[in-house]
Amino acid sequence: MDTSKYEAVIGLEVHAQLQTNTKLFCGDSILFGAEPNTQVSPITLGHPGTLPKTNTKAIDFAVKLGLACNCEIVEKNYFARKNYFYPDLPKGYQISQHTTPICKGGTVPIKIDGVEKIIQLNRIHIEEDAGKSIHDLYDNETCIDLNRAGTPLLEIVTEPCLHSSEEAFQYVTELRKLVRWIGVCDGNMEQGSLRCDANVSIRLKGETTLGTKVEVKNVNSIRNVKRAIDAEIKRMIELVEGGGTVTQQTRSYDVNTDKTIGIRDKEDANDYRYFADPDLNPFHITQEFVSSIQASLPTLPNKLAEEFKQEFGLSDYDAAQLCEDKSIADFFNKTAAINSNYKGIANFILGPVKQYLNENSLSIDEISLQANNLSDLIKIIDEGKVNFSVASSKILPIIIAENKSPLQVAQELNLLQTNDSNEIEDWVNTVIQNMPDKVAEYKKGKKGLIGLFVGEVKKLSKGKADPKIVTDLLTSKLNS
Amino acid sequence: MFSSIQNYHSFLATNPTGCSETVEHYLAKIEAQKHLNAFVETFADDARQQAKTLDTKRNAGEPLGKLHGVVVSIKDVICYKGHKVTASSKILENYTAVYNATAVEKLLKEDAIIIGRNNCDEFAMGSSSENSFYGNIKNGLNETLVPGGSSGGSAVAVQMGMSMVSLGSDTGGSVRQPADFCGIVGLKPTYGRISRYGLIAYASSFDQIGIFANSVDDAALVLEVIAGTDDFDSTASLQEVPNYSEQLTTDKKYRFVYFRQAIEHPGLDKEMAATIQSYIQKLKDDGHIVEPVEFDLLDETIPTYYVLTTAEASSNLSRFDGVKYGYRAADNFNSLQEMYKKTRSEGFGKEVQRRIMLGTFVLSEGYFDAYYTKAQQVRQMLCNTTNEVFKNYDAILSPTVPSTAFKIGAKSNDSVAMYLADLYTVFSNLVGIPAICVPLFKHSNGMPFGLQVMGKHFKETEMLSMAKSLEKK
Repeated sequence: MDTSKYEAVIGLEVHAQLQTNTKLFCGDSILFGAEPNTQVSPITLGHPGTLPKTNTKAIDFAVKLGLACNCEIVEKNYFARKNYFYPDLPKGYQISQHTTPICKGGTVPIKIDGVEKIIQLNRIHIEEDAGKSIHDLYDNETCIDLNRAGTPLLEIVTEPCLHSSEEAFQYVTELRKLVRWIGVCDGNMEQGSLRCDANVSIRLKGETTLGTKVEVKNVNSIRNVKRAIDAEIKRMIELVEGGGTVTQQTRSYDVNTDKTIGIRDKEDANDYRYFADPDLNPFHITQEFVSSIQASLPTLPNKLAEEFKQEFGLSDYDAAQLCEDKSIADFFNKTAAINSNYKGIANFILGPVKQYLNENSLSIDEISLQANNLSDLIKIIDEGKVNFSVASSKILPIIIAENKSPLQVAQELNLLQTNDSNEIEDWVNTVIQNMPDKVAEYKKGKKGLIGLFVGEVKKLSKGKADPKIVTDLLTSKLNS
Repeated sequence: MFSSIQNYHSFLATNPTGCSETVEHYLAKIEAQKHLNAFVETFADDARQQAKTLDTKRNAGEPLGKLHGVVVSIKDVICYKGHKVTASSKILENYTAVYNATAVEKLLKEDAIIIGRNNCDEFAMGSSSENSFYGNIKNGLNETLVPGGSSGGSAVAVQMGMSMVSLGSDTGGSVRQPADFCGIVGLKPTYGRISRYGLIAYASSFDQIGIFANSVDDAALVLEVIAGTDDFDSTASLQEVPNYSEQLTTDKKYRFVYFRQAIEHPGLDKEMAATIQSYIQKLKDDGHIVEPVEFDLLDETIPTYYVLTTAEASSNLSRFDGVKYGYRAADNFNSLQEMYKKTRSEGFGKEVQRRIMLGTFVLSEGYFDAYYTKAQQVRQMLCNTTNEVFKNYDAILSPTVPSTAFKIGAKSNDSVAMYLADLYTVFSNLVGIPAICVPLFKHSNGMPFGLQVMGKHFKETEMLSMAKSLEKK
């Protein structure tokens, strides 16, 4: 089957739950993981006579993300009702935005194999989340948890301008980084605080009209965004190659079978009967307000990475890696302010520190590592008082666990490197005496054994011997 | 002694068990006139308890609320925590309010006694109180006639001395029209003057709690208590609430206007038209200015009103789905769709279903612009007209209803004829201005009717003063 004649066209709709503490239209908590139906006031439950009242923090966050994506901020806004019946939608309508999304247009740059591509946004709008329907708890019943109902969401909609699952993967990765960076969403896909639906269609390469689209839902990790799109593209091509036609549908991705399953046809699609919600006044975004949000916005990751390159002479790769996560970038900045070995700091953060964080699923804010202690640690490495491997394996875990001077730690654990050549010479002599066979092999030409000898000296000295001096000494003695 | 709140308060001043006696008096009146069907339920135990508490409070010399001991009934669309509220619909049968409406909260804070809930048209949809799940309501002055609607029970309660005042809701005339049919004062304040929190919604951009009373003064005092801003209703106005009851005057001369097409409308009862014409002359003789203006859009108001209110209602009533509370059809359905259909078909009455369908239609893809958008444009034109008129005049005078109370059953099979009963009242809801109906006349058929005064946005003090001047004449 020739799949190369087809081109996929993909548009993504990402829903980001906002970290506002309370719901979009009432004071209920939005904390994840509470007992079912405990964060449900009469307003959330849609009791008769209740009315919504806008949580203005959600508007702040929407403008924040809009500015971060270079969107046009719409001045005159209103909330609209999207009407449909479903048990997890207590009012029988969702309060959303329709003809006036708060942000129009916008861009998110991604990199594919090092080449930049601009993903064009269509809109970002504010809406409330629905509750959760849990179908798999009992055989014949569906359970409804309305804790989530009313949680503020931003829906971020791209133009149909992506052409591969890889682009989709990079886009969602980039967007997640951005929402976390500016602090509007925790980006946790497993908990559903970031969700992605993909509109997928295929067409023959060179065609300009769009093919019939299918909306793929229920994708709960970035990796699955990629897999779901691949699965759907594969299904569509097989269908068309087999003489079939794609019908407009909503499909759900099943991780276990790596296939999408049809859940709704176009004929069953709702007419949402949008109209302006008469319970809420239209709201206006003033230029002053936009300016104040702009002023509160942190330097965005791409720009910061550029600054790191300029200011600290970091490589593209190091700068970009540091700017994957705002807390890491901030930590680097703090450390770089007191220690000018920028490359050393970057290496240490991106190496052992990040490894520790990944292994323990922690963020740098959650550990006790202080910028001045890291700086001191790098300083004693640079001064030859400890070597890198001892510093990262022995000292770092301690200064991660408590605010302690690395020098003090090194002293207490007797890890300070010695460059006393007498002491080192003793260790070297001992190793040479203990390994006559290996020495003979070395002398016969097996020069690679030098590493073994250095390692033995290191063991003997408990890491205190400066490896450079050891190597020099060993070489001269063995070659003599 | 119950002719006015003021008289009642004088009575209480010398009577240590006054509130308790009064509650017994009203409970007896309600019981004796049960056949009028004005009440769905009395809150006898709570009312007696509240009366006792108030008597003790008064006897102890504590400061008293503005509505101390005043016996209030509330339309069955207003939430009173721990008490049933059903919108006179099967779909909310046995539903108990889980919180207080803001207006109720304010009544209770000023020492009012809530005696019970009034029967009404289901979900406040109707002009004759014939659409209630609990059966129709009779006009106390002539039991073969309707009391008007939708707040018919509230009107009859005040008309027949079953409560001193009553809270209704007015979406297109549901307070003023029954007040007119029953010969009492009916006040609909400016949209946003009273919080709608806890008022079961019919059409959100039209709904306003209204007041039935025996006099303008009583209505003014109740308004002063329940009006004001509310953290739970973003459409409630931030404008300060004046002490209306202390600011009403009756000595001013006003610039009144009336719509020529309204007074000359072919649907208006001839005798009523003549009475109002001669009354206009009397006002002029008294030194007021009363002038006609052209109003071409009068006949567009009812269709506009019905397109917009049914659209909003179709969405507002979606929450009654059998899932969370209220009525759910017996458990023999095969799908979710079927549960919804059965529940809503069995739970809602005919008129409510008619309006939900109409509203769903006008919001549907392909029809939205022709109906909903068009109606919004007319609404905007009406607002512009109103602003123009108020540049030169203080208030608009108008009949309240085109006829006096009609026979029970006379229009119940003709929706369009029924909708015409709202001809003069929907205007103020469309543009959001306050309006009051003052009982002034008696028709040769024996039934009362009055005059409607529509004031400027948030100028209730002026409008109530005018109404009081008319009432005094």
